Parts: sequence; C-alpha cells; structure tokens
Amino acid sequence: MEKFIQHTGTALPLRRSNVDTDQIIPAVYLKRITKTGFEDGLFAAWRQDPEFILNKPERQGATILIPGPEFGTGSSREHAVWALQNYGFKVIIGSRFGDIFRNNAGKSGLLVAVVPQDVVDRLWDATEADPTLEVTVDLESKTISAGDISTGFDVDDYTQYRLLNGLDDIGVTLTHEDDIAAYEAERPSWKVTTLPLRTQD
Amino acid sequence: MGKTLSEKVWQDHVVRSADGEPDLLYIDLQLAHEVTSPQAFDGLRQAGRRVRRPELTMITEDHNTPTDDIFAPVADPVSKLQLDTVRANAKEFGLPIHSLGDIDQGVVHIIGPQLGLTQPGMTIVCGDSHTATHGAFGAIAFGIGTSEVEHVFATQTLQQAKLKTMAVNVNGELPEGVTAKDVILAIIAKVGTGGGQGHIVEYRGSTIEALSMEGRMTICNMSIEWGAKAGLVAPDEKTFAYLKDRPYAPQGADWDAAVAYWKTLRTDDDATFDVEIDVDATQLAPFVTWGTNPGQGVPLSATVPAPEDFSDPVDRVAAEKALEYMGLTAGTPMKDIKVDTVFVGSCTNGRIEDLRLAASIVEGRKVADGVRMLIVPGSQRVRQQAMDEGLDKIFTEAGADWRFAGCSMCLGMNPDQLKPGERSASTSNRNFEGRQGKGGRTHLVSPAVAAATAVAGHLASPADLNA
Ligand code: SF4
Repeated sequence: MEKFIQHTGTALPLRRSNVDTDQIIPAVYLKRITKTGFEDGLFAAWRQDPEFILNKPERQGATILIPGPEFGTGSSREHAVWALQNYGFKVIIGSRFGDIFRNNAGKSGLLVAVVPQDVVDRLWDATEADPTLEVTVDLESKTISAGDISTGFDVDDYTQYRLLNGLDDIGVTLTHEDDIAAYEAERPSWKVTTLPLRTQD
Repeated sequence: MGKTLSEKVWQDHVVRSADGEPDLLYIDLQLAHEVTSPQAFDGLRQAGRRVRRPELTMITEDHNTPTDDIFAPVADPVSKLQLDTVRANAKEFGLPIHSLGDIDQGVVHIIGPQLGLTQPGMTIVCGDSHTATHGAFGAIAFGIGTSEVEHVFATQTLQQAKLKTMAVNVNGELPEGVTAKDVILAIIAKVGTGGGQGHIVEYRGSTIEALSMEGRMTICNMSIEWGAKAGLVAPDEKTFAYLKDRPYAPQGADWDAAVAYWKTLRTDDDATFDVEIDVDATQLAPFVTWGTNPGQGVPLSATVPAPEDFSDPVDRVAAEKALEYMGLTAGTPMKDIKVDTVFVGSCTNGRIEDLRLAASIVEGRKVADGVRMLIVPGSQRVRQQAMDEGLDKIFTEAGADWRFAGCSMCLGMNPDQLKPGERSASTSNRNFEGRQGKGGRTHLVSPAVAAATAVAGHLASPADLNA
C-alpha cells in the first residue's frame, strides 16, 4: 500500500445524506474480478444528469470528496472504495460514515477524515463558492486547511499509523503467527469444520 | 462486574490484544460468495499466500446466479465469469463450495444456519453486510470488505477494534398479524439508519424469546440497516433444538460439551450495556417503508409523511428526495399505493417459515391482474422442502412465479430487476435507490404483507383481504 502523508487538491462538495454504497456503485457494476476499472460505475445513477456536480467542468480533477452524513452505509462492497479511488479521490471528509465503509477505506489507503457536521457545512460553503479552492489534508497533524478554514479531523491512531507507513495488514498480522498458533492449539475439538463436506441425508 | 453476551464471545476469540491497536480476533468460520471474493483470492495469489484453514471456510454461489433456469448456461458473460472464477479459486485453494445445481446451494446466510454451520459462541464473517443474520444463534457475525476477506483467508484472524454494546429490549406479545420483520422495521424507523453505528447489539426481552429461530434471523439480518456492526440473540433451548442433528452440528459427547458451553452464553444479570433501547411490542403494527432507506417506514395503516413532518433539516431534505424518487405524494394512504411486482425471498425472509406464511395467504386466491409475484426460496433445500409440502403448487395456482434459489431481486444483479418507475413490495432488506433495478421503487414489507399485496394489487395486510 502507498504511504499517505499529506494531500492537496480541489474538492467536490456533495450535499446529500445517506449516500449508501449502492449509490456509490450499483450492484450491476460489481461484476469485475479485478480491483480496477470501477470508476465507470461511480454514482452511476446520478452521473447521467449533466447537472450532477461530478459532471460540472469546474469540478474535474477534484480529489477530495465532501459528502453529507451517513456516507457509505449499506452493503459491505469494497468496490465502493475502489470506485472512488479509481476515479481519483484520495480523501473523503464527512461527519458520519458507515462502519464497514470506513474500515474498507482504511485498508485500501483512502483516507476518511471525520469532522463535525458544522465543519462540513463550512467546507461546503467555501468549496461551492470557489471550485478552485485548494484543500490540504495533513495526516501527521490530523488537520485540514482550506482558505481561511483550518480544523482538526479524527481518524483512529492505528489507521493513521498504518496509512502513514503504508503498511499491509496481513503482513502485520503474520508477525503474530505464534499467537495464532497458540490460540489454535487451545480451541475445543468440537468446533465446527467444513471439510469433509456433509449434507442432510 | 458481569459481562454481556457479546463481550463473552469476543473475549473467547482474542488472539492478541495490545494498547492502541485493534484486537486480533480468531475467526471460527468465513463464508464467501462469488462477488466479493475474487479480488481477495487475487491478492493471496500475488503474495504467494495460502488459505490458512480451508476447513473453516464455506463458499456458495448466490448473488448473481439466475433463478429461472439454473441448468441453462449463465447468459450474462460477466456473471458467468464470476461464477467460473469462484469455482476455480475454490479448487485452487482447496475450499468447500456449493455450486449452482447443488442441493445445499443458496443465499449464504440461509445455508449457514440450515447446514448447522452457524452455532452459538462463534465468530463468523463474510464479505456481505447481512452476515449479522447468524447472530440469531448467539454468534458474533458481521460483514467485512474484500481486503478483510483476504486477511481472514491468510491468517484466520481479523483485526477489529472493540465495539460498544447496546441492548434492544423488546417486551410484550406481538399483536395478531405482526411479524419479526415488522419489529425490525419499526426499530429502524425509531432509531434511524445510523443509530447503531459502532455497536454490537443484543436483541432481548420476552418478544425475542418467543420468536422462532427464523424470526430471530430476520431481526438480526437487518442490524446493519440501522448501522450496527452485529446483532445477536442469546442461545436457548430453541436454538439447541434447531441445531440438533443438522449436518455440521456436534454429535454425541461433542454435542454435550458444546451445549454445556453454549449455556454459559448469556448476559450476566449485573452486566451493563453502553446503550439500551426499549420497545413495547404490544404497540407494534405491520410496517412498510415509503422512502429510500430502511429507516423511512410507517405503519401500513398510516399515510405517506410530508417533508415538513421532520424537524431535523437533514431528514427533511432526505424525505423530499425520497418522495420524488418514489413518485409519492405526502398524505396518500400507504394502502392506496399500487405495485407492479411482489418479491418474496432474500436472506431476510427467504426461509421455509416465510414461504409457508406467504402461501397460507395466497392459497385459494389469485395474484391481482398486472402484478407479478416472484417467489425465490433462500436455498435449494428450502425450495425442495417447500415442494415437498406442496407450497409451489399453491403459489403457481395463484399465478406466482416459482423460482430456484438465489439473491435474485433483492439486489438486481441477475436478470430479475425492476424497470425504471416500477414499484415493488419486497420482503428483502434494502429499499435504496436502484437497488432492485435502475429507477425501481421498493417498499420493504413482511412476507404476510407481501402476499396480501400481491392479491390486492396495492399495499395491504392479510386482514384487508377479508374486509
Ligand atoms: S439476499 Fe440480498 S441481502 Fe441477502 S445476501 Fe443476497 S443480496 Fe445480500
């Protein structure tokens, strides 16, 4: 995974709440077997509307998404994270997120920066007024600055540490192999196993 | 101080715990399907990793499998690619799989309990947000993303930060005609779609205890719809009776040892939850959704709400957008809303008990003109059982479409989809925009309301049919 230390870019204010992962990428777009190419399905239902903010010429190249509360609720599809990343987003700033989405984002290197809703409101106003406004997100100091707005954001320490260092979770866990083996040695023998296959007669 | 049920199960699975880090939890069972697994297998392959415990894994095919003719070649080339891929991956990594045409194939959350793989006190994960269904047995079960799927394959563990605990206390006898589905829809309408975020929820109280295992599964299934990470119910004699003699249930002395442990899985009397919510079951009624998230629901006897009814500005805007998308006018009685399609199925309500209930209502009646009713059993085993009981005949004689098992119109990944503007009454769990097909409009309902609606042609309860 790539390290994430600091990012500066323009923003896409998305004034909608409850944007679930079915809206981020509808199920019909989930049929690939790779992690790339999902940008086509991003916000697919809304994309056909030329007035949808993602389609506005002045918003092209935006890398920071600022949605309303309860972003990424619903389905666990990590494709939602990939679609946002494939499209070019590096940071999502918002007040409330679906738990699974936030987890998935952290694993894939997409920074989810949590701020109070009134900060979101101010960022919306500022970036709507000026589409070229540069927003800087600094993970080390957990701060966001945009024009005269300067604010902290929340991200849990462990995710921050992993993103800053670009660490792969599986690699980290495998350093604790001994602990896993020790746990397995203690598991009761009656615990379920799926092999060999069994069926009802 | 005592512990809650979920704290006990959690503690029994901690492999490693360190300050400032999430716990490393052992995973007893990983379930997988064709849509959220290919990238995980790819990751393993690229890193030269194996699946650590193939025998703690079960794969099925459900999300985009056809349900009309499962023996014909899969027409959609991309669906076919995913099915071919999951089969090849199962083979390469030595994992058990129930493929299309197999009697144990079906929706992943239906087959786990049915095979007896789902047992109390387990940790169960799946790349699917409705994994909490398995919590009905007193397991900690939750949905994970594909990176985590890969992590579990490689390590049989998951890094998971501690969660807060919540109790939803449901007490009292349910009024006639009110089902588990109505209970959970009412809970979500009460607390909102984000109400459970960061929590493991225990559903408890006399109402929950009185429910069948199927009913408990329906409730736990929708935990994610109000943001909870997982939902569970303490195991009891009903749980043990359900499991006894299922294919993967422990046997002989193992059974006794297992039951002895399972009986310890109850929240201690002196344990405390971070949050508690009380629900009076006697006040509940059949519930339906009018909007585009599962929290936008009202009793069936109510009218479509107006945006002004909501004091929170965010809710008000959401209501405006939802009404526009749903093509509904505030003040319209819910029962005046006509539907084009009725879908009975999914991991929420695709079990045998649900089909029996729906069949008992359509029996001797006809599906209304212009309405199509799809009956999609949750698994091939459920389908077989329903046919043994003659339910398929009841459905087809009423004019419904009797299908093979799969997710089908729950998420519209296979050919079963709504057309733009079409409206459904659906026993599934999500009424999101476009969930059942682009532009499709979904009303979430119980199997009883679904069946009555199919007959009436508009949203209705079974009692309305006799009026
Ligand atoms: S039935 Fe619906 S909710 Fe359940 S696993 Fe399938 S798609 Fe998901």
